[in-house]
Amino acid sequence: MKKIIKYVFADILRNKIVLGYTIFLLLISMSVFNLEDNSSKGLLSLLNIILIIVPLVSIIFSTIYIYNSAEFIELLVSQPLKRKHIWGSLFTGLAGSLSLSFLVGAGLPVMIYTPMDIGLVMTGMGLLLTVIFVAIAMFAAVITRDKAKGIGISIFLWLYFSLLFDGLVLFILFQFEDYPLEKFMVVASALNPIDLGRILILLKMDISALMGYTGAVFRDFFGTQSGFIIAIGILLSWIITTFWLSLRKFNRKDL
Amino acid sequence: MICCTSFGRTLFVGKGRQYTSINSAIAAAVNGDSIRVDNGIYREKNILINKTITLVGNNYPVLDGEHKYEIISIKADGVTVKGFRLIHSGVSSMEDIAGIKIYNRHDVNISGNILEDTFFGIYSQAGVNCLIENNKLTAIGTTEQQSGNGIHCWKCDSMRIIGNTVTGHRDGIYFEFVTNSVIWRNISFRNKRYGLHFMFSHNDAYICNIFQNNGAGVSVMFTHGVKMFNNVFEENWGDAAYGIFLKEISDSYIAGNKFLRNTSGIYMEGTSRILVEKNEFSSNGWGMKIQASCLDNTITHNNFLSNTFDVGTNGSLVMNSFDHNYWDKYEGYDLNKDNTGDIPYRPVSLYSMIVEKNPASMMLFRSFMTSLLDKSEKILPTLTPENLKDNYPIMKPLHL
Amino acid sequence: MIIANNVSKKFGKLKALNNVSVTCNKGECIALVGPNGSGKTTFIKSILGMVVPDSGFITFNGKNIVHDWLYRRHIGYMPQIGRYPDNMTIGQVFNMMKDIRSDGKNGQTDESLAEKFGLNELLHKRMRTLSGGTRQKVSASLAFLFDPDVLILDEPTAGLDPVASEILKEKITGEKSKGKLILITSHVLSELDDLITHIIYMQDGNLLFHKKIGDLQKDTGEQKLSRAIASVMLKK
Repeated sequence: MKKIIKYVFADILRNKIVLGYTIFLLLISMSVFNLEDNSSKGLLSLLNIILIIVPLVSIIFSTIYIYNSAEFIELLVSQPLKRKHIWGSLFTGLAGSLSLSFLVGAGLPVMIYTPMDIGLVMTGMGLLLTVIFVAIAMFAAVITRDKAKGIGISIFLWLYFSLLFDGLVLFILFQFEDYPLEKFMVVASALNPIDLGRILILLKMDISALMGYTGAVFRDFFGTQSGFIIAIGILLSWIITTFWLSLRKFNRKDL
Repeated sequence: MICCTSFGRTLFVGKGRQYTSINSAIAAAVNGDSIRVDNGIYREKNILINKTITLVGNNYPVLDGEHKYEIISIKADGVTVKGFRLIHSGVSSMEDIAGIKIYNRHDVNISGNILEDTFFGIYSQAGVNCLIENNKLTAIGTTEQQSGNGIHCWKCDSMRIIGNTVTGHRDGIYFEFVTNSVIWRNISFRNKRYGLHFMFSHNDAYICNIFQNNGAGVSVMFTHGVKMFNNVFEENWGDAAYGIFLKEISDSYIAGNKFLRNTSGIYMEGTSRILVEKNEFSSNGWGMKIQASCLDNTITHNNFLSNTFDVGTNGSLVMNSFDHNYWDKYEGYDLNKDNTGDIPYRPVSLYSMIVEKNPASMMLFRSFMTSLLDKSEKILPTLTPENLKDNYPIMKPLHL
Repeated sequence: MIIANNVSKKFGKLKALNNVSVTCNKGECIALVGPNGSGKTTFIKSILGMVVPDSGFITFNGKNIVHDWLYRRHIGYMPQIGRYPDNMTIGQVFNMMKDIRSDGKNGQTDESLAEKFGLNELLHKRMRTLSGGTRQKVSASLAFLFDPDVLILDEPTAGLDPVASEILKEKITGEKSKGKLILITSHVLSELDDLITHIIYMQDGNLLFHKKIGDLQKDTGEQKLSRAIASVMLKK
């Protein structure tokens, strides 16, 4: 398995898109911190990038990479290798290299320019979102043979998680205005890794009190040590579940 | 009566002195005498001062209330209490036990004392022309019920509250029916409820005070003629915390203050004819929340910087003026270079209206969804109040 | 050595394999023939585990291949169209395969075919720049590289020039003489006349017959393999 990871990793790092992504992130985060007069404002600008760009790039790049690696996968499958290992290696290679470029492009500047705990949470969330969306991409790529269709599914999933889901939540909120929805909101946030990541980051920033404004449910739940750990657990289970689903598909896939 | 103090005798209290207890010295004193107390620990239950005397501590002698008693009760005019360390007053839910309490007297001077672990700190009941200066009050009560207010004035007039530091109490400074008083250079921080809390206290001036990190910020109500200059309201974060909460305040003047990092810088409800000018609103959740019940207020020449929402409101009818402010979120232009933007600025965002209607939607705070909503609302206003706008936004921040 | 038992596979509505049962033994050289779309490649891919049958099972040396993957170390596979990662050079592909399969037979590799094809001079070329024929040469070389017990060759001579084709045939003959099981699909049958011991004929996913070459010749009265097959097809 290690050997395949090595080849996938080397192949992706040679890819100019990943390099471009790293430089793009680096440029944005440096300019955000240098142009904004206060670092908390810069942090907020960067928050949007982490919540929008990172999932987008992760999911699209991974989907395309999987499709472009069809030959490679075919070659490997005919070799004495476990499918689990092949798929796992692809996942590790993609998640690893994209995480690395996030770490270099955004993680480093964040760590340098912002207070320790916010920087850590922000970088951690960026990494988790990267990995989650690689897993989602692999799921999208494995359920259909058609590359165009697969990329379409990926873009739709990204749109769903970053926009449609929130629109749906807003809709529900106003439809059921008269009911206490705080608990529902906590559950809803667990159903969308982007929302959960955003809430966890916001809770670490001093505007967190605004979240508490809504009856404190978020702060009471996710703001505590155990709540934070639960939230991380939810995000990890997003990775595990999605990857496991895609692996199950891949194990039965005809090449 | 004050003139007599200079002619009085001086009585000494301490180990090996003429008097070993303060109460015995007071009993022996006459109006105009001074009592000097040596360093040491004095457990004298209640010290009742019923003569016009000056009571001075030498190097902060400790007066211990043993968690049972009101430590000093002042029942004479013109009393001075200076330089003591008062600890462990009684705690009661029936009566307001204080470290030092003034009972219906005038010209009392309480200065330079340290109060620790007192229920109420300095309590003035119907005091007139009293000076409370440079005291340091620290309470350690853990709940609102277990702690009283730091400096508590009720039915007073012409008070001077200067340079005190209050922390850990329920309300740092509490006024009810206090008029014509000045509150100057006090620091009130980390109190359980409010840093400053007053009602029915007309024509008072609050100058150069710092209200910081209090449970719910500052809350003032049912008062007219309030003047607030150069105060700092900061770090009042919480579910219902405000830099300052103004309820039913009228004909007042708020200028030169700084509102930094509060959930809401100013929250106004039912206010009228307030002039808010030359203040700085920086890094607040809401710079200013102005309910539809507010009327004829003028907000002008303020700086709004890095607030999550500049202004929030709950209605569509707005009868207040927001002209001539600086808004860092303004994206307009100034073609004729007169330092005034050529298109109006709308400080209320759609999302802040949504949150106002449905607080649970705070879950979507800073999401892609809500920023799209805000952008579209900017282009095509539909839900935000039509006339809540700054018609003459200033292009550069004001030097305040 | 390889036993397929009632293997069926559907792609959508298309029945690619319909209850195919077959037994292949050591030392046999089997030609898998049939018209286009008859299920030959699907069958080969099923043996390799690249296609998962809907029903039925395949065993390799007595073990079901469904939960096994190590059996593939005994197989050398040359695909119909060799597709490799575009960015890699021939040398890198070789090295990678050696790296992946280094747990094979004590690290011994058989690079004679690559040498004869003259691939050694092309090691630095990227896969995407190669012609179809060169790719086939790479595929063939990789199939023989690890000296496997079973060779599965999907249209091995298609796209190869006559010289390379001859080299490959020689190599197959050599391996056959070592007693290996060789499975070839091809439609240019005349080339294989002298190699083949058994023949499997497939049509529309069905296995029509599986015979020794001698029996087939006897049954049809034809000496030449291609004519024998043609006569079978005509009979249908």
